[in-house]
Formats: sequence, C-alpha cells, structure tokens
Amino acid sequence: MLRSILKPFQVVSARVRSMNYVTRRILGMFPTLFFISIIVFVIIDLPPGDIVTSRLDRMEAQGVEASPEYVRNLRARYDLDKPLYLQYLFWIGKFVTGDLGYSFFYSKPVNELVWERLGYTLLITVAALFFTWIVALPFGIYSAVKQYSIGDYFITVVALVGLATPNFLLALLVMYFSSEYFGVSIGGLFSVEYRDEVWSLDKVMDMLFRLWIPASVVGMGGTAVTMRLLRANLLDELNKPYVVTARAKGVKPLKLILKYPLRIAINPFISTVGLLLPTLISGEAIVSVVLNLPTTGRMLLDALLAQDMYLAGSFLMLLAILTVVGMLISDLILAWSDPRIRYE
Amino acid sequence: MTDNVLEIRDLGVEFKTDTGTTNALRGVNFDVPRGKVTAIVGESGSGKSVTANCIMRLIQRPGRITSGSILFNPTSTESFDIVALPDKDSLIYELRGGLISMVFQEPMTALSPVHKVGDQVSEAILCHRNVSKAEAWEEAAEMLNHVGIEDVSRRINMYPFEFSGGMRQRVVIATALVCHPEVLICDEPTTALDVTIQAEILTLIKRLQTELNNSILFITHDIGVVAQISDYVVVMYQGRVLEIGSTHQVLKDPKHPYTQGLLAAIPGIAPPDQRLSTISDVVGDIDITTAYPLTTLSDGRKVSLPQEALRKFSIRRTSETL
Ligand SMILES: Nc1ncnc2c1ncn2[C@@H]1O[C@H](COP(=O)(O)OP(=O)(O)OP(=O)(O)O)[C@@H](O)[C@H]1O
Ligand SMILES: [Mg+2]
Repeated sequence: MLRSILKPFQVVSARVRSMNYVTRRILGMFPTLFFISIIVFVIIDLPPGDIVTSRLDRMEAQGVEASPEYVRNLRARYDLDKPLYLQYLFWIGKFVTGDLGYSFFYSKPVNELVWERLGYTLLITVAALFFTWIVALPFGIYSAVKQYSIGDYFITVVALVGLATPNFLLALLVMYFSSEYFGVSIGGLFSVEYRDEVWSLDKVMDMLFRLWIPASVVGMGGTAVTMRLLRANLLDELNKPYVVTARAKGVKPLKLILKYPLRIAINPFISTVGLLLPTLISGEAIVSVVLNLPTTGRMLLDALLAQDMYLAGSFLMLLAILTVVGMLISDLILAWSDPRIRYE
Repeated sequence: MTDNVLEIRDLGVEFKTDTGTTNALRGVNFDVPRGKVTAIVGESGSGKSVTANCIMRLIQRPGRITSGSILFNPTSTESFDIVALPDKDSLIYELRGGLISMVFQEPMTALSPVHKVGDQVSEAILCHRNVSKAEAWEEAAEMLNHVGIEDVSRRINMYPFEFSGGMRQRVVIATALVCHPEVLICDEPTTALDVTIQAEILTLIKRLQTELNNSILFITHDIGVVAQISDYVVVMYQGRVLEIGSTHQVLKDPKHPYTQGLLAAIPGIAPPDQRLSTISDVVGDIDITTAYPLTTLSDGRKVSLPQEALRKFSIRRTSETL
C-alpha cells in the first residue's frame, strides 16, 4: 500500500538523480521559491488588520467617517474579501506573469517602484561582497601563513572589533567623522551636483566613488568572519600531505599557497557566498536608512509598517529570488572549482 | 675512493613546541652511494622522515636544523652542502623535485583532490624546465605510461579520487621521476597499500632504479622489504645511526645488539617454538641511548657501540671515524 503511494515519488527522484548536477540544482530552486512565497504571503498577512484598516485609521485621524459600503467596496477591489488561499493564488499568479500588483500607499503600480531600488540594493550588495573578498583574502592568507606573528595578532584584533561593531553604528561613525573632519556629507549614493542629473559617465564615476563607503560598512561584519574562517581553514590545509608533495616538487612558495591549500580552503566560502547574501541584504536595509541610500531598505520598511501588502510582498519575494539565484550561482562555481562535487 | 651521491655528517634537528624541545636527530651520519639502494630502518619516531625532509630542505617551523652538513654530489665532480643553502636560495627549488625527489607514504592524501593527474605530474616538469605546457603534459603521459598506468590518454585527465591507492602511488612515483632526479627518496612508499599492491610497487621501484640508474634512499620499518630491495642498510634509533652495512652483512650477521633485537622481533626469522623477543630482551643492559661514535669494522660496516663492546670485533685500523 505504502509502496504504491510512494512509487511515483521514487520514479521522480530516480529521474532527478540521473540528471546532471546543474539541471538538478536549477530544478531544485522551484520548490524552494514556492515555499518562500507561502512564507512571504503569511508574513505580510500576519499582522492584525490590512491596508483597508490602516487607510481607515488614517481617515479617522483626519476626522473623515467612512461608510460600511465604501469599506466593503474597497475590500472587494483588493480581493481582501476572498478566502486567504485565493488571495495567495491571485497574488502569486500575477507575480509570475510579471504583474507585481498595486501599491496602496504610493498609489502606483509596484513595478514602477521596486526595480530601481532593487538595482541599487543589488549594486551595493555585490560591491559589499567584492569588498569582503578583496580585504578578507589577502589578510586571511597572511594571518594563516604568518600564524602568531605580530601582523596576525593585529589583524585578529581589528577583525574582532569589526565583527563586534553593529553596521548602523559603523554607518553613523563614518558619517560623523566624514562631515566633522572632512566636511563632506557621505549620505546618499550621489554627490549633490549629480543627484538630479541624468545619467552620464561623470555621474557613474561619482557613484562608484561613493559606493565603497556603504559597501564597506555593509560588508564589514562578513569580512571579519570570512577572514577568521579563511585563516582557520587555511591552517588546516597548510601541512596536508598534498601540499608537502607540491613543495617537494619544487613549487615556489606563493604559487604553492595560491594553487593548493587556498584552492581547498576557499571552497567552503564559495558555497557560503550565497548564505552571505541574506545577511548583506538585511544589513544593507538598516544601513540604507542611516546613510539615506536610494535602495530597498527604507521603502520596504515603510511598506511593512503601512501593511502595503503588494509592495512589501514583491520586495520580499524579489529579494528571496535574488538570494536563491545567488546561491545557485555560488553552488555552480563551487561545482566548477571542486571536481569531487561534480562527480558525486 | 667511493662515489657517494649524499654524505650526511653530524646532522642535528630539533623541534621546539609548547611541551618542550624534541631532539629529533642527534648527530646522524651516513652515506648514500651512487646508483645503489640504501635503506633506512628504525622504529617509529626514530627520525627517518625527518632525515629525508632535511635532504629536501622541507623542515619547517617549529623544526630547525641545528648542526651538521649534507654534502650533495649531483655528479662526481660538483658538490655542495644542502644544509648551508640560504632559505630562499633558488638552488633549493632546483633541488626539490629536480635533483632529488620524494615519494610519500600516503598515496591517498599525497595528491591534490582538485587538480587533474596530468596537471600534478606535469607541474614537476614546468617547475624545472622551460618547456610549454603541452610538451610537459606529453612527457607526463610518457612517464605515467612508464610506471604502468594503462589508457593514459584518458586517465591523465582524471582526478586522483578516481584512482585506486596503488594507481595513485604510481602517479606519485611518476611525478617524482619525471625530471630524472639523481636521488629518489621513498618514505615508506608501500606501508599504506595492501600486500599484493605493495609487491607490485616495490618491483616497479626496483625496475625503474635499474633502468634510470639513479640512487634511492628507501625508508621503511619492514625488514622483509629491506631484504628485497636494498644494497645497504642504515639502522636508526632515537635520532641516531646505530649500524651501517651492506644488506647482507646487517641482515645475516648484525653486530649491534639493537639490530639483533630488531631482527629477532620478526616473526618467521625467530625460531618458531620461541616467543618473539622484544628489543629489550636482546639488548639487555647494553647502553643504546648514549651517542657513541660510529666505528668502522674490518669488514667495512660501521657500528655505534661503547669501547668495551667493540673489543670483540676487529676494527679497521686506517678508518676515518665519522
Ligand atoms: N612537525 C613536528 N613537530 C614536532 N615534532 C616533530 C615533528 N616532526 C617530527 N617530530 C619529532 O621528530 C621525531 C622523529 O620523527 P620522524 O617523523 O622522523 O619519525 P619516523 O622515523 O619517520 O617515524 P615513522 O616510522 O612513524 O614515520 C619524532 O619523535 C617527533 O617527535
Ligand atoms: Mg616517517
């Protein structure tokens, strides 16, 4: 009995196993995203009340009395009178066709609101990731190769301080010092003269120049963690027999470390780049509020507070997709870098 | 005059760790004759691997060479002291894998899991000679074929984890020999393999030695392997050399009580009805821990024994003491 129930599943799972790694990994994304969409929907629906009640609250505050008729119409217009699962199906059904719904709060289609901000978030997150690696890689390697040297201790202390400092505090400190001592305001992604300009090469250069401040603030914690873990992983690998073999072949020190132990020590990180993304994105949300960046953070926060469900839901869903795709990319890079995974 | 490819004199190594200083080697003396197989035997911890690592200049913190010299004569006319080379000397890199190379005990871990077999073998060539990558792969393939790997054109593109233990050891041997080194050091190359594979690898090493006519320093604690492969034997104990002689001399008629003990502890050599002896049974109260100098006996072998124990042997008059 049980066996006959399980049979179709077994057939499917056998098929999946026989497929190559990439296909398997890509198909695996869809169930994940499905579950995430349910969670997102539940989260935005969870707080008591909805957009209509929060709109009524506002109207009441202004002394306007809404008729029950009006309320019912409003509810019907946004499908809020339908059962929950239907609401979910309407929402997700439109979402996959690219219709992200309507923002009650801004009275605009969500599509007009999210993309630019999402783009900046992606930009800052990727920049933070680059910052993490550009800093963590050389210092982590140095720390491991020169274990217990003065340099190693110094790097360790700096890393621990960086780890213990909350993002927003760091953002405040950076803002304070730059305006107090250098007389420049580093809030925002653009200098004043470019803020309302159309895109030009100068504007891009200006943005890239300012980008590294939020990027380093957002990436700070991750950098410290990555550096410490890289040091530990590398120390584990440095005296492994395969490294000794390579040394005995006559490979020069720098090439030896980069080609052999680093290659192995770095694998766990490739797969955690994906895991770093959610941390970076949520870190970015807080920092963007402090540093006044034109990214998702502020708007997502407002949307959640106003129970603007289509806007909040779309943001959360798009960020989830970014994360899942990021993880996919990091897994594919890992498979490319480590043949043992490809051949498994 | 004897032609030695390596002459090791008074070699001392210490390891400074949190728990104290270990004198891993305390004055090691022996020669490696050119074109022959010299075995080092000794129990675990006697300093065999450390000696090999000194020759390759692979000793790293917390270890340090404290004394002695390793005279290396790549040809019978040139020679230099390996110990005296400064740390960053380019000669060290020329030496490693070029003039002297090494085969390790653990074929399962001695190769990188993420690099192709061909990459790892050809790298030895690329480190030492100015040839193109394609040429290096070509030569690597030849050498892999030579050490008995079949279907090389396919396997050269495979990863070590797709190989069996014996095959991996063949890959390690190919890597070691691909630059035709003067000296091949084998550090227990068969210990981790099962018995039939052990025999195959030994036969291979012996065959390659006669073909390439290089010198081999073969580290083992298996006396059976010594009998099979080596011309000379060096017996080590606690970082010192106790006895040196031809394989025949040492195995048939060991002069040092410790060597006698080592042989008596082998099942199959000891009389069948008797309990296997422990080393201390045989050695009795003879002092084997004090560092007595090696004395050359009249038949050419060398032993490290106190003066009163030496009295029963005939000592070579004209000998230089090491
Ligand atoms: N990296 C190290 N750190 C500290 N001590 C070491 C290190 N390597 C070797 N030693 C010391 O040197 C001594 C000799 O070690 P070695 O590896 O040469 O023994 P071995 O004769 O090769 O033994 P085995 O048959 O087990 O391989 C050991 O007693 C050990 O304490
Ligand atoms: Mg050893």
